[in-house]
Amino acid sequence: MKQSSLFDIISPIMVGPSSSHTAGAVRLGLLSRNIYGLTPKKITFKLYNSYALTGRGHGTDKGLLAGVLGIPVDDTRIKNIFDLHEANEVNYQFEFLEDFNRHPNAVDFIFEGTQKMTVSGDSVGAGNVRITNINNFPVDLTGEYNSLVLIYKDRLGILSKVSGIIQTEGVNIAAMNCERIAKGEDASMCMSLDCALNYSIIEKIKRIDDIYLVRHVGKLES
Amino acid sequence: MKKNISTFNELLSTCGQQNKRTYELFQEKEAFLLDIEIEKVRLKVKKSLDAMKEAIHIGLSSNEKSISKQCGDDCEKLQKRYKSHEPLFGKLFKKITAYALATIEENLRMGKIVACPTAGSCAIVPSVLVAISEELNISEDEQINALITAGAIGSIVQNKVALAGAIAGCQAECGVAAAMSAGALVQILGGSEKQMVHAVALALKNILGLTCDPVAGLVEIPCVKRNVFLAIHSVTAAELALADIESKIPTDEVVDALCQTGQLMSPMLKESSQAGLAKTKTALKIEQRVLNNI
Repeated sequence: MKQSSLFDIISPIMVGPSSSHTAGAVRLGLLSRNIYGLTPKKITFKLYNSYALTGRGHGTDKGLLAGVLGIPVDDTRIKNIFDLHEANEVNYQFEFLEDFNRHPNAVDFIFEGTQKMTVSGDSVGAGNVRITNINNFPVDLTGEYNSLVLIYKDRLGILSKVSGIIQTEGVNIAAMNCERIAKGEDASMCMSLDCALNYSIIEKIKRIDDIYLVRHVGKLES
Repeated sequence: MKKNISTFNELLSTCGQQNKRTYELFQEKEAFLLDIEIEKVRLKVKKSLDAMKEAIHIGLSSNEKSISKQCGDDCEKLQKRYKSHEPLFGKLFKKITAYALATIEENLRMGKIVACPTAGSCAIVPSVLVAISEELNISEDEQINALITAGAIGSIVQNKVALAGAIAGCQAECGVAAAMSAGALVQILGGSEKQMVHAVALALKNILGLTCDPVAGLVEIPCVKRNVFLAIHSVTAAELALADIESKIPTDEVVDALCQTGQLMSPMLKESSQAGLAKTKTALKIEQRVLNNI
């Protein structure tokens, strides 16, 4: 059983009103921002189900935008985020949708700019979140750990190369999950790490053949 | 010893074996888990405590409405009444009720609060903890001990049931918050570990079946007032437990009952706003108004 932390219970310090609809939204935004890793020109937020229905009343829209702008869950600027200078520098829009195949609190972030990327996630309760897809690849990222996200061509030896590089730096891998479309086709990998990777290791991993995308996503601080 | 304490029974036996209080065991465990010093753990707890006090402070002097415009001025009303009428239960009651409204109203107007355990139940632990600490001149160290105790209680319950209205109804949010507050209060008032654990059971037993049926799906109706009621509820549990009144059903079994009740509760009554208060005639009118206005 995963050991629960005291701070799951007596935190986070956050702006209200809802752990799942406000803090969760900010956290999903923060993770997506790190996964995209670039400055977007345009962001489309697609809110589903309960997020669509009660999102505005809970400030879910504000929270999502705050997150992608890098504003943390306890920042009181979230309340008036639409008036904020940072918000006016990016073109954004919200769509409110129903899709019962999706989680009740699901969202897609569609980033456009030098690269286009779609990041999807769910707010799974009590402020905990899960990034479920990057460009339609299934991933599993919660922000509890520093994580390494890779999208690559499935072939012999990729995993051992990546884990080898990480091991030489003395970083322990706490958990790992891989998915692939089919043998020899595109695959994704999420590694949860016990500490952060430095820039040079990430550059080394980027140089491995057949790896298309490498993102180091820092753990959520609150 | 860093083993996981997953039941109240284990908590009592470990406290007994090691001659330690709940907060001591849990601050040690947390230090190990986060790989930091105990003092750092306490500092993090202090950050939550300070944020709770700040929310109360700001909330007491605001009457700003929520985004939906449905709620936000009850704390002002209550304080106005108290200016001319001393409440029947005295000064402590006055403070707890006002602090609870101050906190939960800060939450709904997108102010800064501490989810404890959730945002919708954020006012119960702070209102009781801060009001009592002010009235009885409790040291900050003791307040931190009490807040760690509250966190320990929530984390043990969480081993069995997710603290989310969508999973187990409001029992698992405001109900668990009341149990945390009751236990914290026993800790502050010098009660034993056993009394603390019984306070948890007494608080939980008397909210079993509490549904989560918020009007228009928002953390407003009935959440705002419920926080005030359950803050007072937690004081009752602590007072009874301090008198050595025991829950005839052991605390772990009460948690099991809560868990089972949550499973049996219709999904329509678990944060989906499909039944109960949320579908009353007036709630439907409010919902229409809210959806049209925001």
